[in-house]
Amino acid sequence: MKTLLKNTPLVIGLGLLALIVVIAVFAHVFYPVSPWQSSAIPLLEPFADDTLPLGSDMLGRDVAAGIAYGARVSLTVGVVSTIISITLGVAIGALAGFYGGMLDNLLMRFTELFQTVPQFAMAVVFVAIFSPSLTTIVLAISLVSWPPVARLVRGEVMSLKTREFVKAGIVLGESEGALIFRHILPNAVSPIVVMASLMVATAILTESALSFLGLGDRNMISWGYMIGASRTMLRDAWWLSVFPGLAIVVTVVAVNLIGEGFEKALNPQAHGERKA
Amino acid sequence: MLNKTSFTVTRRMALLGATALLTLPRTTLAQTGPVEGGRLVLIARPEPATLGLGLNLQAPTIYVGGKIFESLLTYTTDLEPMPSLAKSWSISEDGLTYRFELQQNATWHDGTPFTSADVVFTADDMMRSSHPRWKLLAETYVERIEADGDFAVTFTLREPFSAFIYAFELSSLPIMARHIYEGTDYRTNPANNAPIGTGPFKFVSWNRGQSIELERYEDYWDDSAAHLDRVTFLVIPDAASRETAFEQQMVDVLRPGDVEGFVARRLSETDDVVMTTMGEEFYAPHAFIQMNLRKPPFNNLKIRQAVMHAVDRNFISNNIWFGMAAPATGPVSSRTAFYEPDVTPYPFDIEKAQSLVAESGLSGDDLKVTLTPLPYGQQWDRTAEYIAQQLTQAGLDVSIKGVDVSGWAQALSTWEFDLALNYTYQYAHPALGVARHYLSSNIIQGTPAANNEGYSNPEADRLFAEAANSVDPEETQRLYTEVQKLLVDDVALGWIFEMRSPTIYRDTVNEVVTSAIGAMDTMKATWKAA
Repeated sequence: MKTLLKNTPLVIGLGLLALIVVIAVFAHVFYPVSPWQSSAIPLLEPFADDTLPLGSDMLGRDVAAGIAYGARVSLTVGVVSTIISITLGVAIGALAGFYGGMLDNLLMRFTELFQTVPQFAMAVVFVAIFSPSLTTIVLAISLVSWPPVARLVRGEVMSLKTREFVKAGIVLGESEGALIFRHILPNAVSPIVVMASLMVATAILTESALSFLGLGDRNMISWGYMIGASRTMLRDAWWLSVFPGLAIVVTVVAVNLIGEGFEKALNPQAHGERKA
Repeated sequence: MLNKTSFTVTRRMALLGATALLTLPRTTLAQTGPVEGGRLVLIARPEPATLGLGLNLQAPTIYVGGKIFESLLTYTTDLEPMPSLAKSWSISEDGLTYRFELQQNATWHDGTPFTSADVVFTADDMMRSSHPRWKLLAETYVERIEADGDFAVTFTLREPFSAFIYAFELSSLPIMARHIYEGTDYRTNPANNAPIGTGPFKFVSWNRGQSIELERYEDYWDDSAAHLDRVTFLVIPDAASRETAFEQQMVDVLRPGDVEGFVARRLSETDDVVMTTMGEEFYAPHAFIQMNLRKPPFNNLKIRQAVMHAVDRNFISNNIWFGMAAPATGPVSSRTAFYEPDVTPYPFDIEKAQSLVAESGLSGDDLKVTLTPLPYGQQWDRTAEYIAQQLTQAGLDVSIKGVDVSGWAQALSTWEFDLALNYTYQYAHPALGVARHYLSSNIIQGTPAANNEGYSNPEADRLFAEAANSVDPEETQRLYTEVQKLLVDDVALGWIFEMRSPTIYRDTVNEVVTSAIGAMDTMKATWKAA
């Protein structure tokens, strides 16, 4: 615990993320009115009115409410799509790494198929084909982001497979499932956790980029959408793009700090902090 | 017995004319007459697929082709016909015969003389087979088209059709060269990419993806016109770059839609820039919410009335369209002939809307609807969001469907929608641009500009038919007034606003908007101060 508290990036990251989570979870308490609802005069500048600290947009919608509700979308997309792609990646990577041979070959060629197409372009195509909604966005992001996980897990599994404790397990007659889930994967968890935290950040950015391009869920306010919608008015109403932009920056930085913190905590050697 | 046009100026039109004078763009230069020469730079957005005017009715084709080709008539901003390739015209008292006297010294850009044979070929052959709007008109109303000598043409109708005088606008019936097109496959004719017209500017070159160059046609029939040496259309696909190009003085004129409303307003506040919303009277784009009347909840009149009360049309015009729109009151635009302002108003009143939804007796899934927005840029997106929000407040359960242009057209053309946004041109006369949305005979699939909502009312059908056939302007007005009141009471569509799209230009450019089709017209009178 003490070492964790000394881990500055992790502490700062978790602190920021906690704040964002609180805003997202309690958005409806802070802003009982829908963020799509006009609630003030249009294009009110920020800090001019206490009830609308971040100003209003061209329809008189509260920018702060948009950011609070947008946090829900960003966090949901970030977390859910990461869970899906980690699950996919771990499954495929573990199978390929553990069994090797023909199956490995097949699975890796399949993975490469996804890796050779630029991730964002593929996400755009997926969303465009299956009409934009929160579900299709999450699925699209998951579908394009699992391959690196699969490759990482495969490598870890291949290397762990040759260790003595696994060989001992084989000798003791443990089933293949038990070998994978009880002995190999638990030992591969630290690089996966680090990668997952970074993937959350990428997913949030991808969702924002999709919404910015108008491929977001039209019924959910999101930060990317807010920026995309006010991009043409940047010269006249800067606050419409700047605040959601800051929200994205803060969230992504928070998640990245957590990732870095995890790496530091789980792999102290690499940071020259070897104890004892 | 032929008399010079049976068209009368109504009081409304006189009023419109007066307003037009008041709002005419300011010109800062002393009026010493047009300066000859110079190069005018415009934007082709998006790059046209072809310059075969009449074969392609998309705006960029008309915009570029409109400088090269001409039509028989053009129209003043209060919709009076003006000479173009026809120097005069007359309509018989029974409304059946339209006779046009043609310009006698006009030539095609390859030197061939222009004659009545070109007009007959265009109207009776080429456009009758290739131009959807002209084809429909010709098949429905035109008995025969005949040349009378080299310089007169007569159109004889089967039944009177007072809107016919508006069928001769540039995009409706551009006159094409018989010697170029006759006997060829019109769509693949090489002249579509290197057009030969009679207009003030002739085609020079087309550098795909870059620009289209035109130059003054030295033998243009109107000696007092065609002042510019060159007209260049730049292809600039990105909105922000178009704005910059105009600010950097690389471009002289922005036509409606080249920049969004908010940018237009900012640019117009610059000192040496002129903005006008004139020059759109012929098209009078009219925006509306299309409600699918075939199923709940919109087969219920109370719900449709609730929609009208829930949406603040002033707010949309002022805050989403930045004043470049005016609230619509009904099916006919205030700029179109036979507009009737005195119809049932639906003032903005969200409580009224809520109680109408409650009175409808509908609940649950019946109130669950999808809104198909018009994917034409930011302002349309905001309009959709606003409407969805207002209807949600009124008690409907609205979700917006993300679509691209073809998805939108598909939804409307196959009637697979609950609510959809749409706008269409009115073409100066209710019989041309309005009736198509309400006639039960026009409940057809395959186009987003028909009676897609499924409105069917024999009384409306009768009134539209009688009005179209009437030759007496007072009778026509009475019939159109009646049908407008009927449609507004039925809330056949949810009319939201009349677009007032801005044309923006530098104050060194003069006579940009001289007719009811504005920058789309030939620009033969346009000149640029040195």
